[in-house]
Amino acid sequence: MAEIRIENLRKEFGAFSAVEDSSFVVRDGEFLALLGPSGCGKTTTLRMIAGLELPTSGKIFLGGEDVTFNRARERDIAFVFQLFALYPHMNVRKNIAFPLLAQGVAKAEIRARVEETAKLLQIDHILDRSVSGLAGGDRQRVALGRAIVRRPKCFLMDEPLGTLDAEFRDLMVRELRELHNRIRATTVYVTHDQLEAMAMADKIAVMNHGIIEQFGTPQEIYNRPATMYVADFIGSPPMNFLRFTGGLQKGARSVIVDGVDISVPEIHLDLAESELALGVRPEDISFSDVSPLRGAVFGSEYHGTNQIVAVEMGKGLVKARVPADQKFRIGETVGLELNYDRLSLFDCKSGRAVPSSRYAEHHHG
Amino acid sequence: MSSTAHSVVEPSVTSKRVAATIVVAYAVITMIPLVWIVLTSFKSPPDSISYPPKIVFQPTLEGYCNLFTTRTRQTPEYIISLGAPTSTCDEITRSRNMVIAGPSNYWPRFQNSLVIAFGSTFLAVSLGTLAAYGFSRFKVPLAEDLLFFILSTRMMPPIAVAIPIYLMYRQLGLSDTALGMILLYTAVNVSLAVWLLKGFIDEIPREYEEAAMIDGYTRMQAFFKVVLPQATTGIAATAIFCLIFAWNEYAFAVLLTSGAAQTAPPFIPTIIGEGGQDWPAVAAGTTIFVVPILVFTILLRKQLLRGITFGAVRK
Repeated sequence: MAEIRIENLRKEFGAFSAVEDSSFVVRDGEFLALLGPSGCGKTTTLRMIAGLELPTSGKIFLGGEDVTFNRARERDIAFVFQLFALYPHMNVRKNIAFPLLAQGVAKAEIRARVEETAKLLQIDHILDRSVSGLAGGDRQRVALGRAIVRRPKCFLMDEPLGTLDAEFRDLMVRELRELHNRIRATTVYVTHDQLEAMAMADKIAVMNHGIIEQFGTPQEIYNRPATMYVADFIGSPPMNFLRFTGGLQKGARSVIVDGVDISVPEIHLDLAESELALGVRPEDISFSDVSPLRGAVFGSEYHGTNQIVAVEMGKGLVKARVPADQKFRIGETVGLELNYDRLSLFDCKSGRAVPSSRYAEHHHG
Repeated sequence: MSSTAHSVVEPSVTSKRVAATIVVAYAVITMIPLVWIVLTSFKSPPDSISYPPKIVFQPTLEGYCNLFTTRTRQTPEYIISLGAPTSTCDEITRSRNMVIAGPSNYWPRFQNSLVIAFGSTFLAVSLGTLAAYGFSRFKVPLAEDLLFFILSTRMMPPIAVAIPIYLMYRQLGLSDTALGMILLYTAVNVSLAVWLLKGFIDEIPREYEEAAMIDGYTRMQAFFKVVLPQATTGIAATAIFCLIFAWNEYAFAVLLTSGAAQTAPPFIPTIIGEGGQDWPAVAAGTTIFVVPILVFTILLRKQLLRGITFGAVRK
């Protein structure tokens, strides 16, 4: 197992820039999720780590060794493809043994290691079956088996759960995380599904248009989104933005939105008059008759344990997550209370979070 | 009574019957010449030219005997002096006042056909597979133009270049050699092979090779261990097309071969000239000539069908 270090990685396809100047470190044994919409550069980044694409510039280190221009087969990594890429003309056993054959491992040892791996993944009963007849979950496990049997420096996975149905996906998410806890292999996992990333990863890198918007633990990403993009991409429904124009002084503890004074965590920066947005998660909004921040109920979505209430605020809808038993009439005027120490403030022009006491312990470039 | 709810997937019984009738009729029509040839090969020479044609006749192996032997006419006294005939063919030949002088050239010509057709098919498919893989997977400079150029070699009948090829072959000493014919048929077939196989290889996801390369194999190893096994259907279909062309080719064979490397197609008509129009022998030669391609096609008919419809149906 090894640490993965990416330095100023760039990849251009002709005039199109797929990955722009990315740098990050995946520590030994860590599980990193590369999260973003399709076309954001996450798969390209993964393929560069694997050696399936060569970067336009930048460096890749595996376990301290510069492997930027090494061939895929020289990198000692394992890759799980979205469609698994199980060799259709071989049975399960041969599929799993395939990487060991390349290494020239002795026959008896191949047998032992394949069986050990199969046991770990609970697929020892299908070892002699053809891969073409396998169900989605078993194909997934065989693909994982082929990856772990060789004990590589790291695992790279490209949306391996993308084709499974929802129910099965939850099961595989648990299995994957358990497997990771057991073998502690450095893993880079590409997904567009924030729930998968949140549930499995130690660290998440949120990518957009080839840029890493934020790199941090799931908690950091959720609680202190570094950019409006991250705030909007993570969370369902996403963070609400209350846009306003104003200037800020270092040390300020409140902002004025729609003429209402709202307490915020202490601001750590002077800001000239500009477009700003107050970011608030739906669960940090509650209803209060005395609050001066008012709007009209637009509709609600019942979720069983809670409900999402949309409130028309004049500049757009604000969604609040409130207990399911609260009753609202459409059009009813309500007051919104914001949980002030959970608020984020963004500069709309740059899209970046304005440093405040909430963000103090976390400075991300 | 009439139902308006027609199933989208299941054709009606009537349309199925009509379709079946058309298919059977077409099959019968195409089979008639072949049946005619096979029947003629078992007729005696007088039966073969009788008019109206005989449907019922006394079958004989005379055509096959005449195909494989050369014969000389002898006096009845001489034939009686030879004693008992040693084989069926011997007996048939003597009944026509002839004796077997030796084997004919049919079998060597047939062997030439086998060597040249299978040799050129193997070469065309091998080269075609490698080229198709290259075009399918790598950024080949001017790939579109090269592919068009390869296709353009089929835009005129190959025989249009017969004279330059004849002159070149004479200069190079390739006239009437198996090597020369193999190279010629390979050159004609390789363009078909590249285009057909590129279609098949394009359908094989790259992930398989990428997985193999990550698993520790070189691209070459990945090609042989992972791509080739999955391309077998396409390779088989392409091989049949190439083989049929090389096996049946007549014009170049007439022009460029006359002796050592002569194939069966130009040889069979020469039988007519040898002592009268021996149609049963010609028919026998044709019947035997059809057998290998028939066996090959029956063995690979699934692949052949897929080869014809490839691209039209996705799995």
